[in-house]
Amino acid sequence: MGRGKEAKTNKKLQVAFYWAASCGGCEIAVLDIDEKILDVLGLVDILFWPVAMDFKYKDVEAMKDNSIDVCFFNGAIRTEEQEHIAKLLRKKSKFLVAFGACAVSGGIPGLANVANRDEVFKVAYLDNPSTDNPKKIVPKTSVKVKEGTLALPEFYDTVKTLDQTVDVDYYLPGCPPTPDQIMTAVSAIVENKLPPKGSVIGSLKSVCDECRFEKSEKKIKQIKRVYEVEKIEDKCLLEQGIICLGPATRGGCDARCLDANMPCTGCGGPTPNSVDQGAKMISSLASILGIEGEEKMSDEEIQKLIDQIVDPVGTFYKYGLPSALINKRVIKK
Amino acid sequence: MKTITIDPITRLEGHGKISIFLDGKGDVENAYLQIPELRGFERFCQGRRAEDMPQITSRICGVCPVAHHFAATKALDAAFHVEPPVAAKKLRELMYMGYFIYDHILHFYYLGGPDFVVGPDAPASKRNVIGVIEKAGVEVGKEVIKHRAYGQKITAILGGKATHPVCGLPGGVSKGLNKDEVKEIEKMAKSCVEFAKFSLKLFDDIVLKNKKYVDLILSDPYQLKTYNMGLVDKNNKVNFYDGKIRVTDQKGNEYDKFDGKDYYKHISEHVEEWTYIKFTYLKAIGWKGFNDGKDSGIYRVGPLGRLNAAQGMATPLAGKEYKRFFETLGGKPVNSTLAFHWARLIELLYATERAMELVKDPEITSQKIRNPVGEPGEGVGVTEAARGTLIHHYKLTKDGLVEKANLVVATTNNAGAINMSVRDAAKGVIKKGKVDDTVLNMVEMAFRAYDPCFACATHTLPGGMPLEIKIYDSNRKLYKTLKQNI
Repeated sequence: MGRGKEAKTNKKLQVAFYWAASCGGCEIAVLDIDEKILDVLGLVDILFWPVAMDFKYKDVEAMKDNSIDVCFFNGAIRTEEQEHIAKLLRKKSKFLVAFGACAVSGGIPGLANVANRDEVFKVAYLDNPSTDNPKKIVPKTSVKVKEGTLALPEFYDTVKTLDQTVDVDYYLPGCPPTPDQIMTAVSAIVENKLPPKGSVIGSLKSVCDECRFEKSEKKIKQIKRVYEVEKIEDKCLLEQGIICLGPATRGGCDARCLDANMPCTGCGGPTPNSVDQGAKMISSLASILGIEGEEKMSDEEIQKLIDQIVDPVGTFYKYGLPSALINKRVIKK
Repeated sequence: MKTITIDPITRLEGHGKISIFLDGKGDVENAYLQIPELRGFERFCQGRRAEDMPQITSRICGVCPVAHHFAATKALDAAFHVEPPVAAKKLRELMYMGYFIYDHILHFYYLGGPDFVVGPDAPASKRNVIGVIEKAGVEVGKEVIKHRAYGQKITAILGGKATHPVCGLPGGVSKGLNKDEVKEIEKMAKSCVEFAKFSLKLFDDIVLKNKKYVDLILSDPYQLKTYNMGLVDKNNKVNFYDGKIRVTDQKGNEYDKFDGKDYYKHISEHVEEWTYIKFTYLKAIGWKGFNDGKDSGIYRVGPLGRLNAAQGMATPLAGKEYKRFFETLGGKPVNSTLAFHWARLIELLYATERAMELVKDPEITSQKIRNPVGEPGEGVGVTEAARGTLIHHYKLTKDGLVEKANLVVATTNNAGAINMSVRDAAKGVIKKGKVDDTVLNMVEMAFRAYDPCFACATHTLPGGMPLEIKIYDSNRKLYKTLKQNI
């Protein structure tokens, strides 16, 4: 793993990894390519990677612009520091890849856009069964303690995706991306077989296409919660009344959740040629619920069907609220 | 007054930052470890479907998703008033062992262990997994990669995928095991038992046979006389998946023992303005600032906390190691922060032995893996994450949506102690304003021992963390900057 001057003398690809508001699962996904990591290290120089190597802000600041060939960036943007670093890495990198659901579309942390900073703080620090906070204090960006002053980065009101913050060249979806997806992306880059800018490096299939269960055209009358179905049968979960985002979600994951008899929750993001994953799923669901025959149904009947969807935001936009067409709740202050 | 800032803000998000304040003589007056990150899970879990909790909360941490997955699933069992079938509990526990195998190997070989295996004063560039492989040999390196992967594979077979598994449901699990899968898991678990034994021998040879290291473990700056906490089974043996929460005092005696559902009657969380993390303490004793001793409510969790809070390990080989651990380090409780590393390896051995017991259990292939749920209500789920006691608490609406969620995570349980360990290490090694690179690593070691998930919460790294110490004079003007790994 060459660094600095040493790295400039060979022709290996200069790669960087970075994590913002994320869980560390994307790093584990990279480690999960297991022994292949040794092959990858033969093809690339890792300029920095916080999980495996030591580096510093100033190293990056000191680099010439575009001196990183590819930067894999995971995590959403939630604080001023994350925003700053995203901008810095954009400047220093030829290609910036949004790696994993959080960077691509906001991911699970993006669900925080149902609330704002004050609400988040209130639940975390004030209105909480185990927190004892009689003085009602919450963290501040600058605090005087008796020995001096301590600073914290600002926590923004909303979560942003990477491409809402800086220009992004490629997208690698998934929560986390599978080792195979990661290797496909690395090979495409190493062999210089990159698709046009703005492409998603991923499967062209939907999760349904990869699912082991056969899908027929059967209609359902009722939506069921997965825990209400006493025995999940070996057939399409939608046909068992369980909301499964397979039809609206990009595959490449081998439908692994379905192998464990659980529905797809949509971590791969929208299928190719679809803009809004939730809108597509709602349309699929309407079809399977028979709502296309709506002229024959009373308003009351239609409402009854729709009411069965108890949490549309969490169900249809679990990994992509910040990138959805309607991407946050408007909170009047 | 001088200020020293150890700033791993190079973790870019600045997930952890240490500020040390010196007095007029250049000795340490105080130190603060700040966690500058928050994602707001407790708020955005509100309104979500109950059944989504195991998968949403696993995204708190991609290093320990299984711990959150099952703490959430167990909270849902309670909230839906359902007891899972015995086979489902065994499947969950087997997956949990896969998780511990992967996670403890990750910490020892990739994260905290290099400090010892390669050496606390080795060059920073060697204090990482590659340095470990250089010292222990390439063959060992391959074994490390293989067995870490085995842990992940066991989890993936049971959970659908290893990072962010999906199998947890109130009342059971969504997937059983077939005979081929059992064979595959047994083969991997068996190999992991041998690898755990090997890892303990490696620790023996490299650390325990080196007086310098043993002295370091037992040295003053790394001692903390807090209470200890962990889940125990009915025989007070360490248990990762289930049991009661037991707390022992500074003499090793039982101070408290309670059901997870009563956690808020026994522990409280304290808020400071200068960090986004909260600090837990024993409620009956109260928050008495960053102090140890019996009059302060601060306690420790994680491998060392668990070993101290229990009366043994439930498997034979780990049981022997448990005894040797306390005999070697001067009896119970062991207060040395650096003993976390050894405790972790003993737990690795336990996890592998327990995985073997579970996978050989004839009931493990039972397909009776779900029980029907009752009406939604309120529930608490407690597990031991690799780095300590983890509590999920949900209140559900009649429609099975989350009305309120409260999460007390392992790192929060250790936050007070970690702060003190950093302060004490700084006080112990920084004298008269003299600071060098070795000193930096000695401070770093004080918190690295706790927990790679601190790494996850703060995104610190394996091996040497890039640190910057800024020293300010009494007028707060920068007069010296020291860097490590930069």
